Amino acid sequence: MEKKKKVVVPIGPYHPLLEEPEYFALYCDGEMVVDVEWEAGYNHRGIEKLCESKSWDQVTFLVERICGICSTSHPIAYVNAVEDLAKVEIPERARYIRSIIGELERIHSHLLWVGLAGHFLGYNTVFMWAWKYREPVLDIFELVTGNRQSYAMMKIGGVRRDVRDEDIPVIRKVLDELKPKLEMLTQAVLDDPVLAARLKGVGVLTAQDVKDYGAVGPTARASGVKIDVRKDSPCAAYDLVAWQVITCQEGDVFAKAVVRLLECFESIKIIEQCLDNLGKNKGPIEVEVREIPPGEGIGHYEAPRGEVFHYVRSDGTNRPVRHKIRAPSFVNIPTFRASCLGQTISDVAIILAGVDPCYCCTERMLTVYQADNRRKIMDGREVIRLCQEKTEKLREKMRKR
Amino acid sequence: MSNHYFQLLRERFPESILEGKVHSPKRVYLTVKKESLVEVAKFVFRVMDARFSTASAVDCLDRIEILYHFSLDSQDVFISLRVVIPRERPAVPSLSGVIKGAAWIEREMHELFGVNFEGHPRLNRLLLPEDWPENVYPLRKDNQDKDIGKG
Repeated sequence: MEKKKKVVVPIGPYHPLLEEPEYFALYCDGEMVVDVEWEAGYNHRGIEKLCESKSWDQVTFLVERICGICSTSHPIAYVNAVEDLAKVEIPERARYIRSIIGELERIHSHLLWVGLAGHFLGYNTVFMWAWKYREPVLDIFELVTGNRQSYAMMKIGGVRRDVRDEDIPVIRKVLDELKPKLEMLTQAVLDDPVLAARLKGVGVLTAQDVKDYGAVGPTARASGVKIDVRKDSPCAAYDLVAWQVITCQEGDVFAKAVVRLLECFESIKIIEQCLDNLGKNKGPIEVEVREIPPGEGIGHYEAPRGEVFHYVRSDGTNRPVRHKIRAPSFVNIPTFRASCLGQTISDVAIILAGVDPCYCCTERMLTVYQADNRRKIMDGREVIRLCQEKTEKLREKMRKR
Repeated sequence: MSNHYFQLLRERFPESILEGKVHSPKRVYLTVKKESLVEVAKFVFRVMDARFSTASAVDCLDRIEILYHFSLDSQDVFISLRVVIPRERPAVPSLSGVIKGAAWIEREMHELFGVNFEGHPRLNRLLLPEDWPENVYPLRKDNQDKDIGKG
């Protein structure tokens, strides 16, 4: 009843701040936000229901399409869940490849967030830099997997394709070139007085809030809660290489930015060590998993935004009877009820962006025109052929460098 | 490791835990009496200091199971508390009083499975549109009506 006296400022469902539809109602007393409500479901695609109608192998491709940015995190969590159910151990080479793909994704996802955060603050130089430096990482993906997004690398029992020996020096070179740029960007962000003024002390989330809402990922680590699935429950190759979990104590949006930027360097460290081991370790990349026994399995993985959780149940047939998916934003978004209260309306935009709610930015549209009459033709096979040609050209160019 | 927590919880709540299964050193599943759910969950969340990861409902055609997944991050163990309830008018006590973050997943299970969470402060829709028909629960196994929700 108390709420009715307040002014409601709506953000969304369609709003320049949100690349995907979502609705937030800010209950305001003057400039100050006193309560936040969250409405979701504008993008609900019924994927859990769809999974029940796909075979175990097909689900890997389906969950890859949950999110365009962390498109390999869901498949890793899913194959972890099925491997937990069926008690499968994957070969060592596959473990390294899984980590390489996962960490490359973290770098490009964190850079994407840094760019967007700059953009939301009206700092478009940061946006341009971050996205420019993110592009070579996507080129590596195209080189190694054939796709910039939705790499289709994960498979129950291992990985679907190998990393070719001739690509390893190319990946190293791109990462070597990326490091000084990342350092420059990190320093620029950390030293900037405007960013400090806008972000420090804004939207503070305490460690107790993290516990109460079950927040995960950089959102939790920026509040001093040292949880990271890669360290706590190492899958893939995370226990075979040396790296650090990055934490900050302040819990504000600035701390979240620091955590994400510093994590990029840890990711590069992980990838470099994995690449070293790929050279030494020429084993198989998968074990054959023919049947999934009845039972239940839990798999989780540290996506760029935090823990993704998958629960699968099998009745012994070739399809899951139940597949529960929990993405990190599902537990991170409710923390707005703690971090936005008492803040001004103008700060809420960046606080909302601070947990990096998941956006899809990965559409690549290709239109093919007929030469004589300029009529548009959208032949799927033609589009795929052109994409493959482009990938081959890119591979050639990258290997020559 | 999970065996240790299995023994610990069984000794602490001998009446409340009906059944238990240690799947692997990292996973343990415990079936808990509906009446004791809040008490056991409170112990796991507050005393054992586990992180509430999420909950998942499963429609088994003769019953509905709800699993609450708690992660002991430092030990790499998942403790999943299972509550079995009838399919007709399924209801369980809400955990949102103990765990703030449970409120949203309970709203999701409420609309997708039709489970009533007793004592939930705001059990309205989270994902489904406002014009979605009453008493139609998309994740129930018998819901095969392909026209629903097309609008």
